Amino acid sequence: MIGRRLRASLRGWGGVGAMVFACALALVFALSLPLARAGRDGSPGIGGQGLAEATQAKADDCGGHPERRSPPPSGDESGPKVREIKKRGYLSVGVDQNSYRWGYRDPNTRGSDLEGFDIDLAREIARRIIGDPNAVRFHAIPTNQRIPAIRSGQVDMVVRTMTITCDRLDEVAFSDPYFVTGQQVLAPKASGITGYDKSLAGKRICSAEGSTANTRLTEDKKSGRLPTSADISTTVPNQLDCLVELQLGEVDAVVTDGALAASQAAQDPTVELKGKPFTTEYYGVAMNKGAEDLVRRVNQVLVDYLGSGWQASYTKWLSATLGPDSASSRPPAS
Amino acid sequence: MTHPQQAGAPPGAPTMPPATPAGAPASRRTAFAEGADRLRAAATTEPGRLRVIGAVLAVLVVAFGAVTAWQMSDRSHAADDVLHSSQPLSAGAADIYRSLADANTAASSGFLAGGQEPVATTRRYERDIETAAAGLVTAAAGAESGSPAADTIARLNKLLPRYKGLVERARANNRQGFPVGGAYLRAANEVMQRQMLPAAQDLYTKENQRLRSDYADATPYPWFAIVLGVLALAALGWVQRRHFLRTNRVLNQGLVAATAACAIALMWLVVGHSVARAGLNSSYDHGVRSLNVLHDARIASLNARGNENLTLVSRGAETRKLANGRVLDAYDYAYAQDMKALSAHLAEAGSLADDQAGDRPVAAAAGSMKVWQQRHDQARAADDDGNYQAALNKVVGSKADQPTGECFDSVDANLAKALDHEESRFEQAAGDGRDAMSGLPLGSAVLALLAAAGAVLGIGRRLSEYR
Repeated sequence: MIGRRLRASLRGWGGVGAMVFACALALVFALSLPLARAGRDGSPGIGGQGLAEATQAKADDCGGHPERRSPPPSGDESGPKVREIKKRGYLSVGVDQNSYRWGYRDPNTRGSDLEGFDIDLAREIARRIIGDPNAVRFHAIPTNQRIPAIRSGQVDMVVRTMTITCDRLDEVAFSDPYFVTGQQVLAPKASGITGYDKSLAGKRICSAEGSTANTRLTEDKKSGRLPTSADISTTVPNQLDCLVELQLGEVDAVVTDGALAASQAAQDPTVELKGKPFTTEYYGVAMNKGAEDLVRRVNQVLVDYLGSGWQASYTKWLSATLGPDSASSRPPAS
Repeated sequence: MTHPQQAGAPPGAPTMPPATPAGAPASRRTAFAEGADRLRAAATTEPGRLRVIGAVLAVLVVAFGAVTAWQMSDRSHAADDVLHSSQPLSAGAADIYRSLADANTAASSGFLAGGQEPVATTRRYERDIETAAAGLVTAAAGAESGSPAADTIARLNKLLPRYKGLVERARANNRQGFPVGGAYLRAANEVMQRQMLPAAQDLYTKENQRLRSDYADATPYPWFAIVLGVLALAALGWVQRRHFLRTNRVLNQGLVAATAACAIALMWLVVGHSVARAGLNSSYDHGVRSLNVLHDARIASLNARGNENLTLVSRGAETRKLANGRVLDAYDYAYAQDMKALSAHLAEAGSLADDQAGDRPVAAAAGSMKVWQQRHDQARAADDDGNYQAALNKVVGSKADQPTGECFDSVDANLAKALDHEESRFEQAAGDGRDAMSGLPLGSAVLALLAAAGAVLGIGRRLSEYR
């Protein structure tokens, strides 16, 4: 009697036990799968997207799209920073004075005022916030001083062909993108160079010290994307010095942002952009991280500007060298 | 005319005849042993001794005269080189150095003024380039081929057209309003600052070394001549004492004349050289050293001015990171270094200047430098505040703007005045020094010949008493 009951209860528990066992097995199996994958390719193993996105995420820990991380636009002007600027009566903007068609001084105009695509945008921001396009104080700042100038409060914003990157997002805030560009090759029209490809074999290439272009060249030469016979040893303090080297015949090609390469081509009718941009980058207006009200206000300005004044400014300054119908010729879709 | 013949005969002729019969038939002996024998034989008699004494005296006195003439003509030659060769070459090298730095400054000033450069700056630039080119030709003529100085000159000759090419490209681009013009100007400045000015400084240093070595050749005491002169005088004194003891005669006219001539030559040598030495040393201490410091100050002020201009030409194109992590504009940093050097050189020049005429322009330059520094700070403040035009006016503007250019011009003009003054002081002191020994080589030779003649005549007179 007792034995039968025991057997029956065992049979009952046995079913439960078997189910538990099966579940445990399934769990172990399920867990071990991503672990095995992670071990194989070194990626975190979440999802099945594979190597490309995994390394992308590692390179710029902000999801691969730093240009999409600006706060939403707002026309609200009650924030502390916007109020401060309106009260002060002028906008303080860090710009470049050596980039032709972007931010430069024409020595032949009276007072040699700054002008260019970046300058137009800065004036537009001043016009929308303060009501006067001339209520701007321009500070010519070196490339490597853009971030320190913002962080120290020397300028309200930097409008200076500044690419939005994840590393920079750690230190400053960016507006939504206002320009699309990418690294590009500049060479004499008569040269056999066709773009960022095999035609660079045996050529001397110039890039600016510490620039994105220089980093890419070094990496691509290692990985074999760039012919190993290409000589990338010429680096200069300022991208414009590359044009000097090119004109003096010290180098055969220049690699820099397409926008800046176009600015160089505009100063020399015998050189041109070769091939398509081989990266995609976005320029943004950089501001202090603590001034979110200003960032949102500038984003609102951009919403309006990209829709109306942008194209006219592009046509005036950049169309001649970048072309009326290239990836850069339209405002970035926001 | 008859004296030297008479003088030459007694020591040589009387000893010769006895030598031939004694030496020729005898066994072979060395000429030296024969001579020693003859001397020993001659020394046994008083006339013989007198002949030996006369010969030794004559040789000593003539040697004194010859050595004096030789050593002093060396020194006088070196002093002449100081005055007419090495110092002008050194000044010429300084001139090349200065005109190169000045050309670079003028190029950047003209550039700042806009696409249409002011005529005055362009002229200044062209004149500087011409001065430098002409200076290089002069320097090349003064340099031995294959010498390090000749190499440096050749290098500068190669770099000069290259520099000029870059400046012309900068101008052409600036005229069209292309910012690449500024990049060319920076490239030209790079060639000037990194290669040409160091080479010019090197040449200047080498010419200065040559100058120093000429000084070193001109100033040491002619000890050899002085010792010989003292020896000759001592020998003359000893001979006269010997005569007095033997003959009780006090004065032998020939010997007294010889002693007087010797004494005069020795005095002239010592005093003349001391005066020359003092003049040369003073020309070095007050002339050359001041000139060097003033040249250095002038170069520093030129470079400071050039860098001040370039700060505005290429604001932000190049930066320099300091050890403490601060990042500065490369040209503003170089400007600060140049001003520091200028200040130090001016202080040194002030302490070297030992008269009012030399001190006044240096003090004026130091005053202008202070104002320059203040105005420069205002210009920088305006630029940092985003007011580029105000900064530009403060640097190259018109008189009403109180630009730093005014201060630089004043520093430069005052340094030129001080250099002029020190140059004339140098020429005067070095000229005095050289003149103090100009008659010495010939004078000492004539005096020594007179002394030798006197000594031989005096001895001859005693000898004649034995005939």
